[in-house]
Amino acid sequence: MITAAPRHLRASYDVVIVGGGPAGLEAAVAAQAGGATHVLVVDREAEAGGILLQCIHSGFGLHRFGAELTGPEYAQRALAQALEHDIDIVTDAYVLDIDAQNRVKLMTTTEGVSLVDARAVVLAMGARERTRAAIRIPGTRPAGVFTAGLAQRLVNLYGVLPGRRAVILGSGDIGLIMARRLTLEGVEVAGVFEIMPHANGLNRNIVQCLHDFDIPLHLSTTIVEIHGARRVNKVTVAPVDAALQPCLDRAWEAPCDTVLVSIGLIPENELSQQMRLRLDPVTRGPVVTSAMECSRNGVFACGNVVHIHDIVDFVSSEAALAGFSAGQFVTGALPPPDNVRLLPGENVAYCVPHTIATEREHTVYLRARRLLDAPTLRLVDGAGAIVYEKRLRYVFPAEMVNLKLRPAILQHFHGDVLRVELVRHTDPRDESTQGEAAP
Amino acid sequence: MSEIHTFHYLCIGCPLGCRLEVDAEPERQSVVEVRGFACRRGREYALQEHTAPRRIVTTTVAITGARWARLPVRSSAPAPKDKVRAICNALRELRVSAPVAMGDIIVSNILDSGVDIVASRDMAALLPGDS
Repeated sequence: MITAAPRHLRASYDVVIVGGGPAGLEAAVAAQAGGATHVLVVDREAEAGGILLQCIHSGFGLHRFGAELTGPEYAQRALAQALEHDIDIVTDAYVLDIDAQNRVKLMTTTEGVSLVDARAVVLAMGARERTRAAIRIPGTRPAGVFTAGLAQRLVNLYGVLPGRRAVILGSGDIGLIMARRLTLEGVEVAGVFEIMPHANGLNRNIVQCLHDFDIPLHLSTTIVEIHGARRVNKVTVAPVDAALQPCLDRAWEAPCDTVLVSIGLIPENELSQQMRLRLDPVTRGPVVTSAMECSRNGVFACGNVVHIHDIVDFVSSEAALAGFSAGQFVTGALPPPDNVRLLPGENVAYCVPHTIATEREHTVYLRARRLLDAPTLRLVDGAGAIVYEKRLRYVFPAEMVNLKLRPAILQHFHGDVLRVELVRHTDPRDESTQGEAAP
Repeated sequence: MSEIHTFHYLCIGCPLGCRLEVDAEPERQSVVEVRGFACRRGREYALQEHTAPRRIVTTTVAITGARWARLPVRSSAPAPKDKVRAICNALRELRVSAPVAMGDIIVSNILDSGVDIVASRDMAALLPGDS
């Protein structure tokens, strides 16, 4: 049984970590490995573990732990590891601000507002769900419209069902997982509606959450109106044309008392904005170096606060890097600054980190803008010359591409900008100049 | 000899989601060839999905005396796919009390499926005064 011994907070820490989810917990342990002694994790919930605690399904940890774990199992392993390393964890606590001297203004239920000095901080606040308001679904504003993650929390932690007959807007993974979860709890799921012509979630979730339970997935279809006075009683859905505009003449109505929206996550960066960190307009997370350092020295970031990850295992490995770097920063052992900027080029929405160093090995995460079969991933220098290329099986916006960049790849490259492109294999060379402007 | 059909499956072993193809006779049991997998697990999944599909079951059971109303549970191994609903329905009738430790067996060999239902996490008993 895991219990964190209650203890008084120190007045100063080597590293303070904001957020006790998988990113924060992994960063904490790595910060010690990097040279920090006293590490504090701050979490606003009653227990650390983050959103994994409500993700009761399995499929986590194949990379990180070599086993197929449920969310709570993954969280508990991460928490156990942090407690073994004597990391201080304060829950029911909130970071109000971090000033230019890295003084952390902390609010806790027991001590009110206090200031904690940190030599380095790691931002690991995760993400928020986009709501109905983000896409302005027309209609009345009755009860019964939930984000999928909120419904997940209600069902899996509180044991409360959101309704009796649900429709789900968006085929992201959380929506698919909730389609199965509600079905197993006896809620009728009338359908999943996806505005795009392809599903947004992982293939395996389409199979085991929808196909297994005969839940219909309506592609190129969206909700155009929500009806109901006090409670949702139906939605109007319509197919969309190639420009994603609804064809109202082909609309139909679906009776329901519950609408779940699963339309994406937004990195939670209120604190980062308050700290005036430079944010990437595409990821909406901080711009980071290959050490996961933000635009302010000594401030690091990792996990969904930087960009939305498909799987938690990648969050953990990114967090291990951020935490280790924070530890190195504290001991003055941080490697020299990066010397190359990475720019997203053709069919690349973003890449993280934003800069790299040619003499070190990096994992670069990038996301494609559209589906391509058997594309070529290539790195192009400022003059348009191909520095490196690699065939991929396919790329798809819903699946992050994971590129290992080794010094050997860049040994003949001496520029300061590399553009990352995903192009059709047959594309002629000269199309590489069509890359979009970088943020 | 009957003709060979190709059956298509999406691997659920990991997020790669390999597109698997199983060549077999229509009676399904006589697999000739499996293609499209990126790892050993994918090949095994294709064979199993074709002959006797299984799924890991995850759900919750009611718990008293704990911070949360529900305790997440899982099957210790994949259970026969056609028993998933029945297993979840049976577990909905169950109530346990805190404390529970991760891995504790909640129901052994549930519905004679050959798999145990185990707790997915620790859940401590609330002390008086905790909320």
